[in-house]
Amino acid sequence: MSAWVRKNAWVLGLLVILVLLMGLTKAIQPSFGAGGIESLARAALPFAFATAGMAIVIIVGGIDLSVASMMAVCAVTAAVLMERMGGVPALLIALGVGIAMGAINGALIVLTRVPDIVVTLAMLFVWEGTALLILETPGGATADWLREGIRGFAFGLPKAFLVTVVLIALVWLPIRRSKLGLSIYATGSDELAAFRSGVATGRTRILAYALCGLFCAMGGLSLAALTGIGEPVPGPYLLASVAAAVLGGVVLGGGKGGLLGPIVAVFILRIIRTILTLMAVDPNVTTIVEGTIMVGVVIFGALVTTRGRRTA
Amino acid sequence: MTTTPLLDATGVAKSFGAVRALTDARLTVGSGEIVALMGANGAGKSTFVKILTGALKPDAGRVLIRGQDVRVGSPAEARRSGLVPVYQEPSLIPDLDVADNLRLGDTPVGPFREWVAALGIDDLRLDRMIADLPLATLRILDLARALAQKPDVLLLDEMTAALPTNLVDKVLHVVREQAGAGMGVIYVSHRFTEISHLCNRATVLRDGRTVGDLDIEPGVEERAVELMLGAKIDLGRRDTSAAAAARSGTPRLGVKGLAAAPKLADVSFDLHAGEVLGIVALEGQGQDELFDVLAGFDRPSAGTISVDGTPVSFGHPADAIAAGLTFVPGNRAEALLSERSVRENIALPFSARVANWGPIRRKHEADRVGYAIEKLQIDTRAQGEVQRLSGGNQQKVTIGRWLATGVQTLLLFDPTRGIDVRTKRQIYPLVRELAENGAAVLFYTSELEEVALACDRALVLFNGRIVDVIDAADADEPTLMRAVHGLTSAEGAA
Repeated sequence: MSAWVRKNAWVLGLLVILVLLMGLTKAIQPSFGAGGIESLARAALPFAFATAGMAIVIIVGGIDLSVASMMAVCAVTAAVLMERMGGVPALLIALGVGIAMGAINGALIVLTRVPDIVVTLAMLFVWEGTALLILETPGGATADWLREGIRGFAFGLPKAFLVTVVLIALVWLPIRRSKLGLSIYATGSDELAAFRSGVATGRTRILAYALCGLFCAMGGLSLAALTGIGEPVPGPYLLASVAAAVLGGVVLGGGKGGLLGPIVAVFILRIIRTILTLMAVDPNVTTIVEGTIMVGVVIFGALVTTRGRRTA
Repeated sequence: MTTTPLLDATGVAKSFGAVRALTDARLTVGSGEIVALMGANGAGKSTFVKILTGALKPDAGRVLIRGQDVRVGSPAEARRSGLVPVYQEPSLIPDLDVADNLRLGDTPVGPFREWVAALGIDDLRLDRMIADLPLATLRILDLARALAQKPDVLLLDEMTAALPTNLVDKVLHVVREQAGAGMGVIYVSHRFTEISHLCNRATVLRDGRTVGDLDIEPGVEERAVELMLGAKIDLGRRDTSAAAAARSGTPRLGVKGLAAAPKLADVSFDLHAGEVLGIVALEGQGQDELFDVLAGFDRPSAGTISVDGTPVSFGHPADAIAAGLTFVPGNRAEALLSERSVRENIALPFSARVANWGPIRRKHEADRVGYAIEKLQIDTRAQGEVQRLSGGNQQKVTIGRWLATGVQTLLLFDPTRGIDVRTKRQIYPLVRELAENGAAVLFYTSELEEVALACDRALVLFNGRIVDVIDAADADEPTLMRAVHGLTSAEGAA
């Protein structure tokens, strides 16, 4: 039990912070209740998926700067197709496009041996251009069931929250427990040692990026579902996803962390934004706050690990 | 022997650009045989090992395992075909626990546990994170993991380098036992004593080709050294009679009651200009902490350091460097800019001095660097990037750069670790020359015979304390060996 607590101390700490922040919100705005939580969960949806994807590539030892652009491509693909065909095939195609884009990112990194940050920075522009080619101005349509699927409550919880948790768990948990999941952590932790242990490190990295693409597709679909249309210009998901992943206990450099922490961190960052809005703080200040939190978390994380090592 | 050998590699060749690392390497291992693979640094040993284990693809030649032509493209494939390596550095994943590391390589847990116990570690928990385990334990886990995969051929690459003596004995015992049961073993090592105790044959590489296959018998060391060097060279003796002469006046470096809790306690010594003071110890007796404190990486928990009689206190490595203390780490990767040229690496310390603000004096730099390269006989074929040099040549650069600079106090931490005999012999005179030019040298070494070859006297560290001081003239290996194990001679410390 105590070992479990120690192992998950970071996530438990985040949950405590989240509850405190919700209490703070309630104190500032007494009318904050079920409805507020529901809209918070909906707003967090694309951030949660972007963060899940980002967390996986950071765990494998890389980073993907093109997440927001990939989300835009998937959003417009879904919006354009849903105007013409059934919702389900369009949705599947959008997911496939996401996986393909992620796999292309990964394959370029592995085959050319160009650093992740350079490849995905270039691909940020490629995917951004692709999104604008597909749909020059916001437009298209979204299936009704998709829009309704993230609105309101089910089983007493916001549907958007359930969608986030269920989809990420469905994709990640089986992988986490498979050889692939182990290989992702191994590659991010020490690529040479992983290679020597018989891990196909190149394939593992490509698959990790493809997974990131899949989550970006889900993020793009949730964007389309939120707005009812496709928006080709990428949103502010790149830095937000890195911030949430880091706050969630994923160590830049790879090998450490999970997905639960980053998802909780997404809600924390969202609720901080809500609080700042409620306190009538300039919206531009909120990005400063997010950036400060990110730096603070990295410093704090470094302190905790060195302290731990000294006492060990 | 008429039966098919377990492993038969012939005509293996590999080039990296213009550098021909291997031209014609051969190696056969029969069932139950333990074959030593030897060679000076740069002979192509590590390239050959990488090819055998599938980390590199050869340009020519073939590797037969049990008579089957195998093209191993990755360590995983090599493993499936029956060849399991244990590499020089641990190859376990630091952020995973032991159990996950086993799952990663499909290692059966039951046999692994048995091997770990047989190798002398009784209390291993499978949920320990690899990053939290000591190096020696990791080497044992590496070996146990390899054995649990029931290899036909086991490749041990400098396996015993990081192990304490009692574990070395266990390892050698287990390996011998397995060979008795029919396994083939390739034993890559520089250590003659282990090879002569363990191996049946030695295959010697020189300049990328296999130059000889020796049966292990008395006197084989001479023959192997001869083959590795290409010509007979005397192992080297030094006149140590004049050694004690220079020790008078204010010491260059005075250390009093120095402690770094919990590993180092009450260490005092004086180091004079012109002196090479050896430090010998088993792994982990406080030598790392001593050097960290002297180099300014860590603060001492007690005691004083004085340079030329003036007390100093180091808060940062720059303070130590300013006081004339230069640290050369045992790990070459920590000392060199691996992507820059040999020339720049040698020139860096004296170009980087703050006193030399302004444009670098090219001519002056070229002269000094040229002198160092010639002195060191550094192979500059690959001079574009230091990382392409062999390990021995890299180490020569890390020491040689101080020859070009002029240095007051040099802290050498195991400068000959993992280096071949030929390079070692070039390093000892280098250290002596630095001392004769007025440098004071503190020389930690894990190879006891180096005390007689390079030092004036040696301090023996045991359990974080100095337990003995031995003059070079008396520093024969049995004496030192007893001392580092804490068996102090009757005369006691000087």
